[in-house]
Amino acid sequence: MIDNWPILSIITFMPLAGVLFLLIIRGDDDTVAHNSRNVALWVSAFTFLVSLVILIGFDSGAPGYQFEEQRVWLGDTGISYHMGVDGISMPFVLLSTFLTPLAILASWRSITNRVREYMIAFLFLETMMIGMFVSLDMLMFYLFFEAVLIPMFLIIGVWGGPRRVYAAFKFFLYTLLGSVLMLVCMLAMYIDAGTTNIPQLMSHEFARGMQTWLFIGFFASFAVKVPMWPVHTWLPDAHVEAPTAGSMILAGVLLKMGGYGFLRFSLPMFPFASEFFAPMIFVLSVVAVIYTSLVALAQSDMKKMIAYSSVAHMGFVTIGIFSMNEQGIAGAMFQMISHGLVSAALFFCVGVVYDRLHTREISAYGGVTAVMPRYAVFFMFMMLASVGLPGTSGFVGEMLVLVGAWQANTWLALFAATGLVLGATYMLWLYRRVMFGRVVSAEVQSMERMQMREYGIFLPLTILVLFFGVYPMALLDVMDVSIQFILDDLTASGVALLVAR
Amino acid sequence: MYALIVFLPLVGSILAGLLSLNNQDRPAELVTVTGLLLSLLLSVIAFAEVAIGGTPVTVDIGRWIVSGDFAAQWALRFDTMTAVMLIVVTGVSSMVHIYSVGYMSHDNARARFMSYLSLFTFAMLMLVTADNLVQLFFGWEGVGVASYLLIGFWYKKESAHTAAMKAFVVNRVGDFGFALGILAVYVLFDSVQFDVIFAQSSLIATTNIEFLGQSLPALEVAGILLFIGAMGKSAQLGLHTWLPDAMEGPTPVSALIHAATMVTAGVFMVCRLSPMLEYAPFALDVITIVGAMTAIFAATVGLTQFDIKRVIAYSTCSQLGYMFFAAGVSAYPAAMFHLTTHAFFKALLFLGAGSVIHALSDEQDLRNMGGIWRKIPVTYAMMWIGSLALAGFPFFAGYYSKDMILEAAYAAHSGVGNFAFVMGCLAAFLTAFYSWRLLILAFHGKPRASADVMAHVHESPLVMTFPLLVLAIGAIFSGWLGYELFVGHHWQQFWGDSIFILPTNAALENAHHVPTWVKLLPIGLAASGVAIAVLCYAVFTGLSAKIAALFWPIHLFFFNKWYFDELYDAIFVKPAVRLGHFFWLRGDRDTIDGFGPDGVSALVYRISGACSRIQTGFVFHYAFAMLIGVVVLVSWYVLRFKG
Repeated sequence: MIDNWPILSIITFMPLAGVLFLLIIRGDDDTVAHNSRNVALWVSAFTFLVSLVILIGFDSGAPGYQFEEQRVWLGDTGISYHMGVDGISMPFVLLSTFLTPLAILASWRSITNRVREYMIAFLFLETMMIGMFVSLDMLMFYLFFEAVLIPMFLIIGVWGGPRRVYAAFKFFLYTLLGSVLMLVCMLAMYIDAGTTNIPQLMSHEFARGMQTWLFIGFFASFAVKVPMWPVHTWLPDAHVEAPTAGSMILAGVLLKMGGYGFLRFSLPMFPFASEFFAPMIFVLSVVAVIYTSLVALAQSDMKKMIAYSSVAHMGFVTIGIFSMNEQGIAGAMFQMISHGLVSAALFFCVGVVYDRLHTREISAYGGVTAVMPRYAVFFMFMMLASVGLPGTSGFVGEMLVLVGAWQANTWLALFAATGLVLGATYMLWLYRRVMFGRVVSAEVQSMERMQMREYGIFLPLTILVLFFGVYPMALLDVMDVSIQFILDDLTASGVALLVAR
Repeated sequence: MYALIVFLPLVGSILAGLLSLNNQDRPAELVTVTGLLLSLLLSVIAFAEVAIGGTPVTVDIGRWIVSGDFAAQWALRFDTMTAVMLIVVTGVSSMVHIYSVGYMSHDNARARFMSYLSLFTFAMLMLVTADNLVQLFFGWEGVGVASYLLIGFWYKKESAHTAAMKAFVVNRVGDFGFALGILAVYVLFDSVQFDVIFAQSSLIATTNIEFLGQSLPALEVAGILLFIGAMGKSAQLGLHTWLPDAMEGPTPVSALIHAATMVTAGVFMVCRLSPMLEYAPFALDVITIVGAMTAIFAATVGLTQFDIKRVIAYSTCSQLGYMFFAAGVSAYPAAMFHLTTHAFFKALLFLGAGSVIHALSDEQDLRNMGGIWRKIPVTYAMMWIGSLALAGFPFFAGYYSKDMILEAAYAAHSGVGNFAFVMGCLAAFLTAFYSWRLLILAFHGKPRASADVMAHVHESPLVMTFPLLVLAIGAIFSGWLGYELFVGHHWQQFWGDSIFILPTNAALENAHHVPTWVKLLPIGLAASGVAIAVLCYAVFTGLSAKIAALFWPIHLFFFNKWYFDELYDAIFVKPAVRLGHFFWLRGDRDTIDGFGPDGVSALVYRISGACSRIQTGFVFHYAFAMLIGVVVLVSWYVLRFKG
């Protein structure tokens, strides 16, 4: 019976239904705030539970899209309401539904003004994120893809820090540039193929010259989201100004939109252009890994440092995707999921101490371990996951990307592997300055211990990071068929695979 | 049952970790020590079955990372080499666990300490039982983290957490090579599994690999990359700088991790890969030279240090050099032999030093010791045994293993072999010298500690001296017991398939037939080293200072550890930070933002002058732009289909 349910639509729009609930809450400010928090948490938690249905029902051996829904939308124009998931998108849907309740929980006490509107923004954001990942129609994808940014603008611009306007504006400029170009390309694709149906577009052969332009257009949009060097400078500012939960979702899910886009559009639809541009992407990614790692070393703001580390980690993702072999793509996918968990946790780590001391300056901290020993354990674990310790999820992605990269080009592997050293340097340095040493001030000494709510956020993240580190097959098996599909598609288009393994 | 050897310490570590949340120190000690002793017992059984009985076993656990042809399994491999390591690791670790109960008794985070120790042991056991390179890497990084945690155990101490971070980062430099080595091996063999690699090494001995635009001999490239990893972990010249600083950790840690087990992981890896490295003669030469250089370098620095633990640390570094050049001349069994004997006597020396430090109220400076040998006779005797074994006096453990290495280096009859032989002999002389310098300064002469400290000097409790006695037995007898088995004429029978030596690389076999002077030289050098140390520090007490003053440039050079730290600071650390600032301020802020968003926004401000609307305008503009897009799309459709 459950097979006939439009399960993806349900998951996608359930948070939006929660928004309606939030709108009808009445009472004085405190009541509204209190009820809004609870409604948002329950709605998102319930959405997560429902999303487990697709995890359980997903057949990792089956090719193509599952839980597919297709309805007439704009007549016989080739534009339809089309949803479905495969091994590439399913993990992202779960990641989104998993992180949203944690993010809402993370803002429990730190957000005190306009709580209702804040929660509305978050639930709206969740709908848009899920919708983006499950869309199998290019127009739908575009709408969701762009709409995701509206609540994020608001979250940064309204509930952000002192320079929130600047950060939001920067975000806007970068994104606008990318979106316009992508939209133009989508139009061109529709003209050429006569449909916006993604599976059909994948099998449509665009002329080689056209592929180049289309690739550039999409690249402009995706590269900003990843973000790739040199269009990354919006990210540190956005993170620094965003509230903790905003950073968690931004790093955890929104950064993956770019990588997802490359896998869903660029590689299967523009195979020749992908091959042609791969060297350029390798160069940009390597610069991202080395340059931003060094920049991270120079930061005095905790959030900014972790933001720069995200850019470096996402450099691995783009390297993996464009090495265009099984290990590279699997590694990139794995790295995205792992980074989604680890970076969300790291931003929460910053949030925990920020809530207590109201500063992100590294120099204001020192000796926190002595005051909050259990927090130190979680932070240590996530720090090690971030530097790719084997046994945590961080290792699997990096290792596979390196395997893929070596097969594409040994220089690439060599430069990418420097990330192992640089990543360890800035993360350990951060940890050392914040956590080790003597307690530096009376303020630090009086920081209160961890609360149950905070354990409730750390524990699931820790368990998952450890689980994927020890048994990554849970994820790799799910992705395998879909990655194979992309590779077969590339081979069928005649792209000389760098190494046909 | 074999899997229990590996996982008992993990269980102990987790339990102790949980107990540490409530500061339940005693139960944590109990559970970890029990876990280790059980693990040791099982290891002995495994050794009897696997090594003596000659029945290698592999325990499959499951898939770990499988993607396409890349397949790394979780599996535990038990062959002779693993069995030897099991004895070493669980043996020393259980003694260190017991010793720690006494040594750390004044610390208020004992449960955490015991948890880390057991965690380390688990990682080390995963390392030695790995059946593929990726799992080896798992153990490799695992011991690295445990070492990081333990060096920085006293995290409030600036020097401790600085040293912890340095250890991790320097090791990461080595891991960089290791990781690339794994990739090279995978590309060559389509596998990271040891069995596959070993079976196919001879087939691809002459294959070339594309590396960094060059076509190079494949196995040489893989071998050298992997060796870079070994250099990091085993503190070989160039990547050694972390080891002396690691002495900031509690002394049991130094004994277990930075003397007996973790630092020997590199040697273990090189020996483990013998079937592959045998076909990479150039890589072996590199290993020999680096090993020989380290042996002599560390010995020269050890001469001049005053921190008792640092002297022993440099000695460890030097002894690891011996093991490497033994492996480099294809005498892998000799390297493993020395690894084993060294584990016992060096752990003994460290724990003995710990006992001295403990007795002197945490004093580590040799200049503030002296005159205590009557007060702590057991410790004193233990330090003698350790030093005799280290210096290679006849019938002590080091005598068999170190001499075997020197003889093998001589018997290699190659340029690098001779180089290693000469360096090794010189280092043997220096080793004896600094060992007796340490003994005399620490125990003899007039007391240089304050009267207050001297009043408190006491022998350590039984819980600390018992492990010393056990290790002392090993330091005395392990050489004599192991000689025939490990490096005798029938070494092949003992090692089975775990070590492979090409018939043409017969250094080990020839080592049994070297001229008598080669056999006697190391003993003579060691004896003269002791004699000179006694002359300098006991008979003519002012002599050493005079010599140091006479050769001050050399002394300064040695005393400052050949200026490696200063050099690295100047060429790596400072430039990296400066470059980071440069990229951030000039790159991100001035260039990218300056010409990008900030420049554009400035332009927009100037043109529109509508600053006030900005705050509410973005979302609107944005939604508007999107809407326009949709409108264009729809109108295009209308025009096309209706028109």
